[in-house]
Amino acid sequence: MSKPPALTFTDRGIYCAAGDFYIDPWKPVARALITHGHADHARWGHDSYLCTDIAAPVMRHRLGAINIETIPYGAHRQIGDAVVSFHPAGHVPGSAQIRVEVAGEIWVASGDYKLEDDGLSTPFEPVRCHHFITESTFGLPVFRWQPQAVVAAQINTWWAACRDAGQTAFLGAYALGKAQRLLSMLDPDIGPVLTHTAIENTNVILRAQGIALPDTVRADASLDPKAHTGALVLATPSALDSAWARKFGPRQTAFASGWMTMRGVRRRRSGDRGFVISDHADWQGLLDAITLTNAENIYVTHGYTDIFNRYLNDNGWVSQVVPTQFEGETLDPQSDPQVAT
Amino acid sequence: MNRFATLFTHVDQSTKTTAKVAALTAYFNAAPHADRLWTIALFSGRRPKRAVTTTKLRAWAAERAGIPLWLFEECYPIVGDLAETIALVLPPPTCVSTRSLTDWITLLKGLHDADEDARKQAVLDAWDHLPTTERFVFNKLITGGFRVGISQKLMTRALAAATGKQEAELAHRLMGDWTPETVTWQSLIEDEDAGARISRPYPFYLAHGLEGAPRDLGPPGAWQAEWKWDGIRGQLILREGAHFVWSRGEELMTDRFPELARAVSCFPSGTVLDGELLVWTDAGPQSFNALQKRIGRKTVPKKLLQDAPVILYAYDLLEWGGQDLRPAPLAQRRAMLEQACAGLPDDAPVRLSPTVPFSDWDALAQVRATARAATAEGVMIKRRDSPYRIGRKKGDWWKWKLDPLTIDGVMIYAQSGHGRRATLFTDYTFAVWSGNELVPFTKAYSGLKDAEFRQITAWVKKNTLQRFGPVRQVPPHHVFEIAFEGIQASPRHKSGVALRFPRMLRWRQDKPVQEANTLDDLNRMLETYG
Repeated sequence: MSKPPALTFTDRGIYCAAGDFYIDPWKPVARALITHGHADHARWGHDSYLCTDIAAPVMRHRLGAINIETIPYGAHRQIGDAVVSFHPAGHVPGSAQIRVEVAGEIWVASGDYKLEDDGLSTPFEPVRCHHFITESTFGLPVFRWQPQAVVAAQINTWWAACRDAGQTAFLGAYALGKAQRLLSMLDPDIGPVLTHTAIENTNVILRAQGIALPDTVRADASLDPKAHTGALVLATPSALDSAWARKFGPRQTAFASGWMTMRGVRRRRSGDRGFVISDHADWQGLLDAITLTNAENIYVTHGYTDIFNRYLNDNGWVSQVVPTQFEGETLDPQSDPQVAT
Repeated sequence: MNRFATLFTHVDQSTKTTAKVAALTAYFNAAPHADRLWTIALFSGRRPKRAVTTTKLRAWAAERAGIPLWLFEECYPIVGDLAETIALVLPPPTCVSTRSLTDWITLLKGLHDADEDARKQAVLDAWDHLPTTERFVFNKLITGGFRVGISQKLMTRALAAATGKQEAELAHRLMGDWTPETVTWQSLIEDEDAGARISRPYPFYLAHGLEGAPRDLGPPGAWQAEWKWDGIRGQLILREGAHFVWSRGEELMTDRFPELARAVSCFPSGTVLDGELLVWTDAGPQSFNALQKRIGRKTVPKKLLQDAPVILYAYDLLEWGGQDLRPAPLAQRRAMLEQACAGLPDDAPVRLSPTVPFSDWDALAQVRATARAATAEGVMIKRRDSPYRIGRKKGDWWKWKLDPLTIDGVMIYAQSGHGRRATLFTDYTFAVWSGNELVPFTKAYSGLKDAEFRQITAWVKKNTLQRFGPVRQVPPHHVFEIAFEGIQASPRHKSGVALRFPRMLRWRQDKPVQEANTLDDLNRMLETYG
């Protein structure tokens, strides 16, 4: 009989029997290792949490009084018979791929990841392993991201045109990760940047832990909406069409997401403009990441799983689809609209 | 091409009518004449003859992208548009061309006579010289169907703003059987007597669904009622010994309905009739089911001509003696129509659609309730003193349709939508009970609000029993009220019936699965309405 695999897929989440812990479990467990703070990966109700030191402050903010331990990137920790370490996933600040080694068998649960250096998150580092667990949110060859600088130029051109037309530019993005990335791409010479409270709350936490973000103005009830002409307002998607947004007078709205690649989705969801930018890997990014791990066994957790899985199997990998409750980048978040991205 | 692609992007990404019209107007002011003409043609459904089959396009695109064909085919339904799928999977261009829209179209036309290798090389070269949006536009030139959120009406408005001509006149000029090869900007738009083309139809006047109660329309005496027939709207042009049949979608259908040729001898030259194309037998007008065999057939075999003969059931007269009657009140046009149709032989391919007399609105409601027996969909209510307007203008013509038939079905499969709904599960299969078994009877994909689709999508993701490619089997849990316009027997369907225009009327969250309808219920409806 062959030995049981180091990680198995259960109805609570990804489980390591050797260390008796779960990775990003969706039901309450005793010990949870968390790749990053988005709602579909970091859930409430576990007895103890382990995440990177960079990811911890936002998780504390979101989940309240939880029992949380932290670990820096690259450090090794023995848990039972397993050795675990966290490695940069490049998805959002503090996001990690979790490496688990049991008796020489190496697994990497990558959570969500992207390969491009966004200047904010610690850049993705490939980790060699035998078994690689990957998402496939954008696992179709129609998804191909442009370099961040190109998208930044598109957004700034649009913003400047809004300003020149006397309109306020509303840019929709989720509160953790995407919002701060966009913030760092904006050209401060065009005008002031205002932020919706949900986003600014996250900004405050990130700044407090030493992550440099451009200056922003909190656009709460005390702000005079007409006092900041030529402004760009970063808002959560649900706030784009709210009474709060309407107080700013003439405006244009835009949405930033990998889904904006598709014209149909753009027309359904983007308002006036859709910018194609994502904190997940595009088709080539997924393939590159998988190739760099040298893994032979691939487990596809969420996204276009069936199609991506077939492609991997046709091209020399041993791949299977494993059902999970991860959502990836969704246009229509079910759980927590402020953080689910 | 860049100018046209920019226009396309502006029009496509804006939801505001004024912004679209402004972008179009600016384009019509600045673009070269040839490009303007092609733009009008493309936005009004005219496109260059297809030079390359879509099968070839798919194969070449997959090859160029370095992906297997099956993977391309998986992407296509998710993106929802072939031209777009191709544009997205191809690697970025190596350099960017400055050819104009007309240049590219000329290139495509040249491919007709080229051999396959040359065609392939030309298309691959084009893809390699165009950025994503231009590439998409180029592919659309081949595959056709520029569906952008711009109606012919908006385009006409922009054209009016750019040329200083009246919208109504331009709408008429743009109708008919022209292509950019047969006209010039000058002859189509500018020349004095562009109306000489004998085939040119008038823009259709379209009715709105009645929103409130008919009594809100005021005194019944100001209104004329007719049956709303269940065929296709058509315009019959009889000029200078020739005849032309136009559909409401501005499609020339003359060849599809050869029996209408005999109308030339029934009316004087310079007659234009508006009415309903219907299959007519000894029993009178037939339902849409009967007409379905004729639609889509460009040539008609003799047997079908005998089994399903088509007539124009005329209800309006738009031109008489070569004179445009549209400004005249309906009452006057109706009187002239009745006179024109008086004494038509029984086998004439045109018949007069009768008016429905009524004394008060309650009486009309009773008439409407018998519409199915009259093979009609309901009644039309038209203001007696109204002119024949252009397009869908509210106020003078109302359609008062019968309420649809409905049945409560259980959702058993879900499939994600295409294009704009690619991220949602929107296409469902419904079943009715046959004993303890659920028998699928229809699919439907419209009628719910976005929020409801989102809610169901989340539920489907968490409750998938089995996957069959893109289709998810789900537990029988949700009941939906399905509305439809007609029912007929169909041996091809497991349930033995086929529905016409099925859609979701309501999500019956109040209804337990056990209380959904049964196959017996469906069969009873088939007996009554089939």
